[in-house]
Amino acid sequence: MILPDMEKLFQDKIDAEIKIEPKDWMPEGYRKNNIRQISQHAHSEIVGMLPEGNWIGRAPSLKRKAILLAKVQDEAGHGLYLYSACETLGISREETINDLHSGKAKYSSIFNYPTLSWADIGAIGWLVDGAAIMNQVMLTRTSYGPYARAMVRICKEESFHQRQGFESLLVLSKGTEEQKAMCQDAINRWWWPALMMFGPRDSESSNSDQSMKWKIKRKSNDELRQQFVDMIAEQIKVLGMRLPDDNLKWNEERKHYDFGEIDWKEFWEVVKGNGPCNKQRLEARRKAWEDGAWVREAAKPPTPKGE
Amino acid sequence: MKEIISYTLYLADTNLILSQRNGEWCGHGPILEQDIAMTNITLDLLGQARNFYQYAATLIGNGATEDSLAYLRTEREFKNCLLAEQPNGDWGQTILRQFFISQYQFLLYNSLINCKDEQLSAIAEKGLKEVTYHLRWSSEWVIRLGDGTEESHRRMTNALEALWTYTGEFFIPAAYEQFLIDNGTIPSQDELKLTYQENINSILKRANLNPPSGSFMQKGGKTGIHTEHLGPLLAELQYMQRTYPGAEW
Ligand SMILES: [Fe+2]
Ligand SMILES: [Fe+2]
Repeated sequence: MILPDMEKLFQDKIDAEIKIEPKDWMPEGYRKNNIRQISQHAHSEIVGMLPEGNWIGRAPSLKRKAILLAKVQDEAGHGLYLYSACETLGISREETINDLHSGKAKYSSIFNYPTLSWADIGAIGWLVDGAAIMNQVMLTRTSYGPYARAMVRICKEESFHQRQGFESLLVLSKGTEEQKAMCQDAINRWWWPALMMFGPRDSESSNSDQSMKWKIKRKSNDELRQQFVDMIAEQIKVLGMRLPDDNLKWNEERKHYDFGEIDWKEFWEVVKGNGPCNKQRLEARRKAWEDGAWVREAAKPPTPKGE
Repeated sequence: MKEIISYTLYLADTNLILSQRNGEWCGHGPILEQDIAMTNITLDLLGQARNFYQYAATLIGNGATEDSLAYLRTEREFKNCLLAEQPNGDWGQTILRQFFISQYQFLLYNSLINCKDEQLSAIAEKGLKEVTYHLRWSSEWVIRLGDGTEESHRRMTNALEALWTYTGEFFIPAAYEQFLIDNGTIPSQDELKLTYQENINSILKRANLNPPSGSFMQKGGKTGIHTEHLGPLLAELQYMQRTYPGAEW
């Protein structure tokens, strides 16, 4: 009897742009790779609520407070869809969350930076959600069906967040001298970490080749980063602010913006846990989880008697 | 006129302060779904506060806005009921605080729909659908936690102990409120009070919880005599407007 070459059938499907669904056969590596990426994405949504949550109590107007609350709530919703997508790969939400708390699973390093002024909220919407969108638009076409579908819903909300962030900075850029300074300062602090969100350079990225072959990723880190720089370099003109990079310049030949070198030492330090807020973020998540244990326990459906 | 302004501010402030408190949970809830539910309620309360402030601002005139009313008044000027400003405590205490206020708002808005002030009536009608949901959600949680595990029951008992004394203020009318009741602008609260007590007792009973005996009820919030918890809350809430006076955001 000849067994079908499952691995080849699988790759043929991917090459033919047929989505992989939860019940389909898939290589263990593909499953693991997706779990890693989707859970990391889910954790980023949830941990990402913390730096922005830091300003809910202090939002400068009732309207801004409502916008911020709704935005942070959207991120919680994104986390929820993504934990569900993860569950289709056979890992429970509880397990996934435990991996975050134990430090085994990562989340986006960007959320290890502190929000120090109100302008940071605008800068996060514009730059951080903006960078996330680049990645997520690509992921609407990722090969794993549940992940791709979650991304379609999420992308709509993320582009709304980006517009709101930009609009909030635009108000600052037209405001008092203090507001303008606050706006520029936030851009200075968030620009480089936002560029780091796309990950290491292609030449250094360990997961990239296989992910591209399986069409989990469809564009390289460097391609996405360039796309982002090109977009922001134009949008910042409207704000009348500047990006903190003396090497940022339009390159007519490449039809792209050239830009300066990222501080990779900082990048790896934050990944390793030495960012300004790594400890506080994990502690906040663990605390919420532990403080909530009695609530989850009480909310469990009662086990039927006699079993 | 000044009575209706004060009363509208009482309604606005209670919503804003409770929303400010609930908002502290955003990102820290015990269950992701409930974190989202709590933020929903926070947003609803904030929306209702804004409706009441906007109405008060038109009555006050003189350039008053929803933001000047929320951000530029002092502790002594805030009229929210004391219960709204009490700290979150644990999830149980937050839930219980929500339950008491939602139960009150549910009955109050129902009665305000028929009040003589068209604006108040319209805002109450709009808010009622939201409050109906808040009441259902918080009642279910009070029952689930009160009648849950040993630990959850103990925590709910403690929460009840901490909050009970602030639950009488709803039905102790401030002078401006009494004035509006007497001139027929808003309905009398006596009937509401009875229904309120019945409803509260019935849920607490299902939650296997007993209201504390000894029923001294604190008051003062409606006239700006607050607990010490309000000051720090306002310091946080008003920080930006106080630091950058006159800026647009
Ligand atoms: Fe998101
Ligand atoms: Fe977002």
